[in-house]
Amino acid sequence: MSRKPYLRKMPKSWWLAQRRYTSYMAREMSCVFIGAYSVLIVLGLYRLSQGRAEYGAFLDALQSPPSLVFHAAALVFALIHTVSWFSLAPKAMPLQIGEKKLSGGPVVLAHYAVWVVVSAGVLLVARI
Amino acid sequence: MTEPTLQVEILRYRPETDQDPAFQTYTVPYRDDWVVLDALNHIKDNIDRTLSYRWSCHMAVCGSCGMMINGEPKLSCHAFLRDYYPNKIRVEPLNNFPIERDLVTVTDDFMEKLESVKPYVIPKQERAVDEGPHLQTPAQLNTFKQYTMCINCLLCYAACPQYGLTPDFVGPAALALAHRYNLDTRDAGREQRQEIAASNEGVWDCTFVGECSQVCPKSVDPAAAIQQTKIASTIDWYKALLNPWGKR
Ligand code: SF4
Ligand code: FES
Repeated sequence: MSRKPYLRKMPKSWWLAQRRYTSYMAREMSCVFIGAYSVLIVLGLYRLSQGRAEYGAFLDALQSPPSLVFHAAALVFALIHTVSWFSLAPKAMPLQIGEKKLSGGPVVLAHYAVWVVVSAGVLLVARI
Repeated sequence: MTEPTLQVEILRYRPETDQDPAFQTYTVPYRDDWVVLDALNHIKDNIDRTLSYRWSCHMAVCGSCGMMINGEPKLSCHAFLRDYYPNKIRVEPLNNFPIERDLVTVTDDFMEKLESVKPYVIPKQERAVDEGPHLQTPAQLNTFKQYTMCINCLLCYAACPQYGLTPDFVGPAALALAHRYNLDTRDAGREQRQEIAASNEGVWDCTFVGECSQVCPKSVDPAAAIQQTKIASTIDWYKALLNPWGKR
């Protein structure tokens, strides 16, 4: 008997078919906001190098409504980025002591701990 | 008293007559200890002998009964009707594989990929029988034991959008098995496997959707194996960069 295998096409909206796919896409999208925010910070540094007045104008521009909307969105996506990647970290770093495999909890906690320490460090430097 | 029933909607494809697959609905008796596979067997035995599907063990061991059940890849011998009742159950062949007939898919692509990663112990030196067995401690065994649990059911491939979008991707189960043998202290075949595993179509086509590990009925966690292979391959790359004369 002749064969005629049928291949179904993956729909373009596959990432809406399931909640877990959608949150994966949100994690992927988060890098756009993280990237855009890095560009914004570099821009701020550049304006600072130009002088006090230019930096002042940059700070004023940050208060505009579109900028506030962007900041709110960037914050949400930065949180999605951080929380989702931290929760995946144990997969890349398995812990085993002797015969026993450990749960991923400590790896995730360590990530948050480093995050807090680094953030505190940055704040400290910013105050000096 | 009338017996409770349940509707099962099955994607059918008969290559000799059908242009495209289409759904057909059957009504089966509802029993709370029945799994979807029991419903399919009931249909085949009592309603429609032309229905085709694969199964063998009825106990989540053989890995042949994987199907999309209400859109999720599952072993049909492990999906209880009571988790869906009284709603209709929709059964389709596994996503991302060509349909041979009804719920039977063509899995040749996976078989070739599995073979390509040499999923067997490649010892450094053949050992004569009178030299005795290769010894391994329980701690050494536990580094890879979870990966030995794979039953090749292909639920992970059906769940993986990367495999659907990039059919050349070696995919979760094959890469998890490559990792399993790489971690085995009796094995010395990592370099041979890396040709495939560390290539673009190997671990680097994976974008860590993570769905393979969610659907795996054996808790193999292929996503973990792939990320660990990425890290090990990156370390290899840096080592080669820093010490181009060293043995890779
Ligand atoms: S890794 Fe899990 S889901 Fe994938 S084939 Fe093996 S047992 Fe099935
Ligand atoms: S029939 Fe063997 S795994 Fe389901």
